[in-house]
Amino acid sequence: MWQVYALAILMIVGSLVAVHTRYLLSAVISLAVVGLALCVAFLYLQAPDCAITQIVVEVLALIILIRATGVERDMSEIKNRKEIFAYEAIGIFIIAFAFFAFRALSYLPEFGHPVMKVSQEYIRKGLEQTGAANLVTSVLLDFRAYDTLGEATVLFTAILGAIVVLREVGRKKK
Amino acid sequence: MNPLKEPQRGMTVIVKTIAKFVVPPIILFGIYIVLHGHLTPGGGFAGGVIVGSAFILLTLAFGKEVAFQKLKRSTASVLESVGALIFLSLALLGIAAGGWFFLNFLPKGHPLRILSAGFIPLANIGIGIKVGAGIFAVFLTLIVFRVSAKK
Repeated sequence: MWQVYALAILMIVGSLVAVHTRYLLSAVISLAVVGLALCVAFLYLQAPDCAITQIVVEVLALIILIRATGVERDMSEIKNRKEIFAYEAIGIFIIAFAFFAFRALSYLPEFGHPVMKVSQEYIRKGLEQTGAANLVTSVLLDFRAYDTLGEATVLFTAILGAIVVLREVGRKKK
Repeated sequence: MNPLKEPQRGMTVIVKTIAKFVVPPIILFGIYIVLHGHLTPGGGFAGGVIVGSAFILLTLAFGKEVAFQKLKRSTASVLESVGALIFLSLALLGIAAGGWFFLNFLPKGHPLRILSAGFIPLANIGIGIKVGAGIFAVFLTLIVFRVSAKK
């Protein structure tokens, strides 16, 4: 179990570096550290479906961010002016978040031991009702196919928006 | 003309040679992940992204002209829509078969065979086409935008 916590700490450090570094390329690579650590964490938690999708999408997002957006020569501009009451606001937020998170965590079941009845129904009857040996796929495409349809619609809309915004037709000549 | 002999486009000859050997196995592995989505880990989304990333490797190594010869951006956009329509029409065919939306109307077959689980393999194929073509189309869009923004 400690491996997952170590990976979680690595992910937090990676995201902090991504926020605080000066160069955009370093920020992008620190974000990739977060994603790859998440992929290894999925493997430790015995979720190979998630791990495959995570590593493929992470590598692809890294390539797209580095190559297609021209990030390698840009430098982010970080102003030195601090907001008023920034540290006070951070402190208040952390205390409030920790309080409610602690209250909520005490109600959760133990990690990795779900007591939910719905999922056990799926595990028992998934194979005979759908015929799919991979239980994750039988949930994704049969029991919860509406969710997959929504996810496909979101992806379709995102790609459509990117293509429409970046199209050649109607772009202003300089 | 041979893209290996054109040093000014794409990356170096080392990258081009390796990419030439590596791209077909990547595409084959992606197709395997899509087709065995109901048996082994993976599925339409992961396999589609793997196939799309093979085309992205082609674009990065050889330049976008060679990749455009293999798969045009308009073709990729059409393929994305076709994949989405396959998934949606499978859901609607459940109603046509006398049931409800997303009814698994095909016979289940034996478990652990490749022809089993009703319409789940077909839905995986639809999602794989949609995701792979969509990822490649958005990558090409960003590349073309960046190249034309530099000029």
